Amino acid sequence: MSLTLLRQGLGAKPPRMWHDRPLKNHYDVVIIGGGAHGLACAYYLAKDHGITNVAVVDKSYIGAGGSGRNTAIIRSNYLTPEGVRFYDASVKLYEGLAQDLDFNVMFSQRGHLTLAHNDGSVRTMRRRAEVNKLQGVDSRLVYPDELARICPQLDLSDHPRFPILAALYHPPGGIIRHDAVVWGYARGADQRGVDIHQYTEVTGLALTNGAVTGVQTTRGDISAGLVLSATAGWASNVAAMAGLELPLDTFPLQACVTEPLKPFLDVVVVSGSLHVYVSQSDRGELVMGASVDPFTSYNVAGSLDFLEGLSGHVLELFPFLSKARILRQWAGLCEMPPDFSPLMGITPVENFLIDAGWGTYGFKASPICGKTMAQLIATRRTPDLLRPFRLSRFAEFDQVGEKGAASVGH
Amino acid sequence: MQPRWATDMLRLECPNCGVRNAAEFRYGSEYTPRPSPSTDASDVEWTRFLYLRHNSMGVQTEWWYHRSGCGLWFLVERDRRTNAIARTWRWQPLDQPEIDAP
Repeated sequence: MSLTLLRQGLGAKPPRMWHDRPLKNHYDVVIIGGGAHGLACAYYLAKDHGITNVAVVDKSYIGAGGSGRNTAIIRSNYLTPEGVRFYDASVKLYEGLAQDLDFNVMFSQRGHLTLAHNDGSVRTMRRRAEVNKLQGVDSRLVYPDELARICPQLDLSDHPRFPILAALYHPPGGIIRHDAVVWGYARGADQRGVDIHQYTEVTGLALTNGAVTGVQTTRGDISAGLVLSATAGWASNVAAMAGLELPLDTFPLQACVTEPLKPFLDVVVVSGSLHVYVSQSDRGELVMGASVDPFTSYNVAGSLDFLEGLSGHVLELFPFLSKARILRQWAGLCEMPPDFSPLMGITPVENFLIDAGWGTYGFKASPICGKTMAQLIATRRTPDLLRPFRLSRFAEFDQVGEKGAASVGH
Repeated sequence: MQPRWATDMLRLECPNCGVRNAAEFRYGSEYTPRPSPSTDASDVEWTRFLYLRHNSMGVQTEWWYHRSGCGLWFLVERDRRTNAIARTWRWQPLDQPEIDAP
């Protein structure tokens, strides 16, 4: 390793982590969407199941969508047992991911605090803590005396408009370098024979007798044994190519970072009541986000409303940041399902699988989603972890209500 | 013209009050026809009405509510790629008798 580093430091051209290969006429599996989800699925298909005639196609460069736009928070302190089990399996995979991929993803399990500013929130936090404990997840309710030790930077006085009453403390939660996750999966998949086609937009799906048999792209048609849509934000449009409607609404979600500051914050702080989450990156920037925009759109323009609202709420928590300056802001697309739980698995259209509805919580689920979707593709049986998140749950009126823990906008 | 800020685009014309700032309004949802409760609509139709959306990357007809104004629910045609608004109008019960506010 160090020898490689030295050689590359002396000017040798670094090896490419993935390659541009010609588009083949046929693939056993075509994955639409080269984000963390699609690449993870391709990686586990090749690694766990030996299925390597796989293409990952993306209309842009890999990781250009939600995978590169999220605020990189990883946690598993959800509200429903189904959700907690799923996201906890994801955290476990993240813990071993750097080893598995031989790529430093810089997963920092620094602890995660969800603040409660009113009695209703305290009740929800207690419920979440108990559900988490039952599933074996480290999560508990802490009060201001302990909170002052975990995060002394917080304004715990009664001066703010909504004083902090308690918090849900989740020590395994943390942040990660999201680009590294995308690149690590891409390299791992590429090494095992998966083709990654960037700048290849899917324009249509080929259907024969109600079954998907291929995809049409801007670079030509491909026949496919099976097609998986793993696009965040655009899933409704891909599903429409197969004649399907999904229970999704696409909202922009904005985030921003400040100029680098001295390291002062070593936990992730979230407040549902104030619609805000804050963490400090290794570069010292404060990474901050809020709830989704107030109306649906595919437009990722930023808004002053967002910056104003977010800054005001962050100052409620950390008044000493009043002189910090915003460096940049951006937005990504979030497709929100009615119950705030993802849609994964089979659809009424044969050979067409979806991995959609990832709203504001998709990135943290990438490894387990990739692994279980790969299992589903290889075995043609829905793994138990995925069953609660099937698309048919809406027609069966069997939703997985995760709103209390999946979003900050409630 | 592509709006620079998402809120710049959002000056909506309320059928009662005229052009107003977005902050006065609340977004409702995509306009979906409701099955008439007086007919024997099947579970499939109700599921469709309750949950399924076109969510199209293009022009959408949708409900808006003039929250800080006259309180009217009205219809808007908006391009969701640019947020440009084509038209706003009052819902007409005579034209579409089976449709109600969500």
